[in-house]
Amino acid sequence: MTMTTQPRHLASYYDVLVVGGGPAGLAAALGARETGAERVLVVDRELEAGGILLQCIHSGFGLRYFREEITGPEYAERSLEQALESHVDVLSDAFVFDVTEDRTVAIMSPTVGVATTTAASVVLAMGARERTRGAIAIPGTRPAGVLTAGLAQKLVNLHGYLPGRRVAILGSGDIGLIMARRLTLEGIDVVGVFELMPHANGLSRNIVQCLDDFDIPLHLSTTVVDIVGHDRVEKVTVAPVDAHLTPQLDRSWDVACDTLLLSVGLIPENELSRQLGVRMDPLTNGPVVTSEMETSVPGVFAAGNVAHINDLADWVSEEALIAGRAAGRRATGQRVPADNIRVLPGRNVASVVPHSISTDRVHTLYLRVKEPMLEDSLIRLGDVHERKVRALVPAEMASIKAAPRLLEDFHGDALRIDAVPAQEVTT
Amino acid sequence: MTTAPVETTTYLCTGCPLGCRLEVDAVEGDIVEIRGFDCRKGERYARQEHLDPRRPVSTTVTIEAGTLPRLPVRTAEAFPKDEVMRLVRQLQAMRVVAPVARGQVVLDDALGSGIDVIATRSMAADPEADAGDAGGDPQRARSSAV
Repeated sequence: MTMTTQPRHLASYYDVLVVGGGPAGLAAALGARETGAERVLVVDRELEAGGILLQCIHSGFGLRYFREEITGPEYAERSLEQALESHVDVLSDAFVFDVTEDRTVAIMSPTVGVATTTAASVVLAMGARERTRGAIAIPGTRPAGVLTAGLAQKLVNLHGYLPGRRVAILGSGDIGLIMARRLTLEGIDVVGVFELMPHANGLSRNIVQCLDDFDIPLHLSTTVVDIVGHDRVEKVTVAPVDAHLTPQLDRSWDVACDTLLLSVGLIPENELSRQLGVRMDPLTNGPVVTSEMETSVPGVFAAGNVAHINDLADWVSEEALIAGRAAGRRATGQRVPADNIRVLPGRNVASVVPHSISTDRVHTLYLRVKEPMLEDSLIRLGDVHERKVRALVPAEMASIKAAPRLLEDFHGDALRIDAVPAQEVTT
Repeated sequence: MTTAPVETTTYLCTGCPLGCRLEVDAVEGDIVEIRGFDCRKGERYARQEHLDPRRPVSTTVTIEAGTLPRLPVRTAEAFPKDEVMRLVRQLQAMRVVAPVARGQVVLDDALGSGIDVIATRSMAADPEADAGDAGGDPQRARSSAV
């Protein structure tokens, strides 16, 4: 059974306060408790903690973190159980509306009203939200029936509402592909998935199991150029794009549908971070973080999609454990050596997290490439280390480890991370 | 003596981002050659996909008196691909009553496959919900689909 231990009042002080109760927040809280932090609170705005995982009813989660393939709701519930078993307090149905530099946290909820508390460490784990029609500026009218794939997922999987009868999907991100299958299983006609880029953005497993299995066509290098309908979507106009991603309007065609789902990317939810004034990285749209996931404001940490968009909940949990442990150590007066090497994205690398590392312990750097590299490739850590990988695609985050022994002879203050084809490198 | 023709089927490997195009040659249903794989994972996948394709199945069932009107469920293991639609239709017609525990069997031996369908979350009974209200809203999906 779901265990709820809704605290009846807010204490005036916490060792670690975590904003957000998704996989990042719950793992961060667990990590904080591991270090001996006594009073750890997770504040979540939904009625129950778990985050978006609760609506991701498909399998594919947990292989790394729980060493078992499970679904989103199972992953969420197990994460919550872990946190509660280690005596973390979880305050749900509560909204954090301000975090200050001295880590005073303002909270609003039906049970505690409007209240403030302070914490030795704060972990920002607010996750991400979906890009909407406004973010990609699709022309046309404003009828009902245009919604993000994740909202459709919530309506169908949590509330049992169908978003329409005949659905077109813009964007081949995993959520869009998963929803193509989900809606098909519910008896809805999914007329096609349209992707601006010449390559799919989702995992090949999802292309096969969500589209091919149901004969749903995937149109690459194609985008929606018009939405038509007065009260309800009646059709969308789609057009192929050229190499510069410019739509070829003379080659457009109409697709009859009553619903358009958008699966066009996620934006880290950083209103609180910006309000607080943490330094942001324009490449990740998240805070600049140390190897301990600490932001530019001392004692404020970030973990999960708030720091950078992840493809796997498992990676979020692992990273959040690091952030939580660091937050817990800070709260209990334990210190680790500070970072002394900055990390910079180099060739074909869109972003890297964390933004700095230290030479005393092993760090994992997570990166995303700009262009697909479908051949044997190397991820290079400056000229001190390289890792061979079979293929690198923007849809899948990659990682490389930086160990102390690799950095013994490195005396610079910055390391560049490059992704290069293996055959380019002479041995 | 006549030789039966070789039939070639192609599959897209789902093992990693490479997405290898796998080709399986079969004579009268028996695999004679597998090509296009780059690792053992790919070869194994091609064989499984050709002989006995299976899929993990996730969907929801109607739940009465729960804190939400739908309960997520999944097959305990991968289910024969050709039977997925039939299974989902059967689950669409089902109703369970809260409380439910994660892992609880919602449908045992689904379609005689020997595979159970289990709840993927726990759901408490909602003290404010009336039993039987889960399908009461005409706009809800299942009430019109069943």
